[in-house]
Amino acid sequence: MTVIQKKPDNPIAHLSAEDIEILGKELDAIRDRVIAERGEADARYIRKVIKTQRTLEMSSRAVLLFSLFPPAWVVGTAGLAVAKILENMEIGHNILHGQYDFMRDPKIHSTTWEWDHVSPADQWKHSHNQLHHTYTNVLGKDNDLGYGIMRVDEDQKWHPMHLGQPLWNFLNACFFEYGIAAYDLELGRNLQKGRHKAPEFRARARAVGRKIRRQVLKDYIVHPLLSGPSFLSTLAATFTANLIRNLWSHSVIMCGHFPNGVETFEKTSIEGETRGEWYLRQMLGSANISGSRLMHIMTGNLSFQIEHHLFPDLPSKRYQEIAPQVRALFDRYGLKYTTGPLPKQVASAWWKVIRLSLPNRTPAAPKAVDDLSTRTLAPSGA
Amino acid sequence: MTTTVPRPPTRLSVRDRLLRLAETVTTPLLPEDYLDLVAPLRAGAALRGRVVAVDAETRDAATLTIQPGRAWRGHTAGQYVRLGVDVDGVRQWRAYSVTSAPGRPDGRICVTVKAIPDGKVSNHLVRRVRPGAMVQLDQAQGDFVLPDPAPARVLFLTAGSGVTPVMGMLRAGAHTRSHVVVVHSAPTPADVVFGAELRALAAQGAIRLVERHTDIDGLLGVDELAGLVPDHLERETWACGPVGMLDAVEEHWRAGGAAQRLHTERFRPTVISPGEGGTVTFTRVGLSVQADGATPILDAGEAAGALMPSGCRMGICYGCVLPLRQGAVRDLRTGDVTTAVPGDGVLIQTCVSAAAGTCDIDL
Repeated sequence: MTVIQKKPDNPIAHLSAEDIEILGKELDAIRDRVIAERGEADARYIRKVIKTQRTLEMSSRAVLLFSLFPPAWVVGTAGLAVAKILENMEIGHNILHGQYDFMRDPKIHSTTWEWDHVSPADQWKHSHNQLHHTYTNVLGKDNDLGYGIMRVDEDQKWHPMHLGQPLWNFLNACFFEYGIAAYDLELGRNLQKGRHKAPEFRARARAVGRKIRRQVLKDYIVHPLLSGPSFLSTLAATFTANLIRNLWSHSVIMCGHFPNGVETFEKTSIEGETRGEWYLRQMLGSANISGSRLMHIMTGNLSFQIEHHLFPDLPSKRYQEIAPQVRALFDRYGLKYTTGPLPKQVASAWWKVIRLSLPNRTPAAPKAVDDLSTRTLAPSGA
Repeated sequence: MTTTVPRPPTRLSVRDRLLRLAETVTTPLLPEDYLDLVAPLRAGAALRGRVVAVDAETRDAATLTIQPGRAWRGHTAGQYVRLGVDVDGVRQWRAYSVTSAPGRPDGRICVTVKAIPDGKVSNHLVRRVRPGAMVQLDQAQGDFVLPDPAPARVLFLTAGSGVTPVMGMLRAGAHTRSHVVVVHSAPTPADVVFGAELRALAAQGAIRLVERHTDIDGLLGVDELAGLVPDHLERETWACGPVGMLDAVEEHWRAGGAAQRLHTERFRPTVISPGEGGTVTFTRVGLSVQADGATPILDAGEAAGALMPSGCRMGICYGCVLPLRQGAVRDLRTGDVTTAVPGDGVLIQTCVSAAAGTCDIDL
């Protein structure tokens, strides 16, 4: 992909500034309808998911106390992996987005929630909710575009380091939660710029250290020790469960913004961006995953990435409900709703990582000339 | 939700060691988050209760019998309890007088709720709540209670649901220690909450009961009290009812030089009438600013020099959330008004909320 502003066939060229504002109003109306209905059903749903997850996690850990027996290992590991996926995706990610803040339950609130992850909730909320969701797919602003270690857009400058990016991506997938913690800390940039001694950075690094210690103590020391003779097999089980959770969440998240069809944007294009233009960027900057109801739950409804990016604080179960209305808007405004089954989207994202590990075959679009750099999202309105 | 409380470096008991071990397994949650799933009312759990019965009192009032958790410390007759109830999925807190006598053998307490027009919580409790529902509780509080030793002569002056704390005191045996007169107003005889019980006490001669049915006889004026209860100013008096009645009563007792014998409980739903803009006070930094109805509280605070947490400034990232301690704010996107009364602490997004009246923000 190439930033939308440099594309010869700009997919939003047909929209006037007015069209984009009306589109924004229509999306606001969808949001208002959901908010008017939001209530008891959503509260019941999240409490049910939390209860299911906690029951599954504790029973799986109990089964793993006897993990020397292969059937117990298999059942316990599978159960724990599913519990961890639910905890991170449908529960943690969504609560930390404030989707359930409306309940005013201090136990289920974005300001009090902590998750089964090595990145402390506070730091993740900053880099994810604030940076990624605000600057979605803006080159140089949204670090989610390659996480600072990969090149996922033709317009990102190639560097020999990128030759190894299929490997970096695989390692990142296996240890994704650590990757995210490092990313939330902006570890690379802070080390490079010698900011690692700054008190602010050190305090955040210590918080990550504490979180890692607790997670490691739980999964790799206390739980295996409690298993007595099953120490090693439980250790293998918790490691495997974390690995499965990491591979799964990495795959789902890659599908959100990397597959073919997703657009990126120039830094200058968001100066003075209107609400309508922001919505439009979210629509074109995200991709969905099609699949069954179970698939949607296991992705934390990030399979409705487009709807999530439009309305990050609506309860996740509502995304499925509004998806037909959102899709109808795409059709009416002549925009491409990017979606596909999980294997296809994962393959598409991976192919991009592999392809862009090499320099562009043809030189990237010419450096922005004056009229391009001042263009906003709505070319005809610029 | 893991909070690490620094512990004194003394030797840990076995129980504490086990608890610590449990915490290492349940992190980032606490052991209580798991225990709450199976035993929400156990000792050591956050205070909550289970509704075990809902009994109609009148056409618009009902008594809820609640089994409080083990953390409940009991109450004194006349006190109220704050109830946190999930209405349409949103937790709302309201105060209700405890109407049961203290120290029931089954440990249960009763509150009696009168549905007020458009009352979100009262209508939910009277008409929709079913046995089995969980409610959040606070410990009982309030000083609308009888002293010890009991005064010789007592007057209870009540109207509507204002009779509820008085019923709690009568059920605790107030009439066995004092000579009690109850003057109670309600629209019709059928609207008298606890009507049958009060009349039975009067029939036994345990209390003297004066009922006033305001739909028939009009509102009771304070000047009528001299005729109904000639020694009313000499009686230790507890009054509970609508604001207008209490204002008149306070004035009357003050004029009669008996203000020290009057105890009132202002039982009213807190009325916050939202307007446009208002004074925003950041309570912990001690800063007040005037903000209009179009300025986000985040901007108003920053302009005044408060160090506000902030994020996307467009209502999506929840990086700016702060507790609204009391007052009203309006969501600039939807126009919805959120109100909070003291003790609430409703969390609001300051970047998309404007003052809709005076409000206190916890910062």
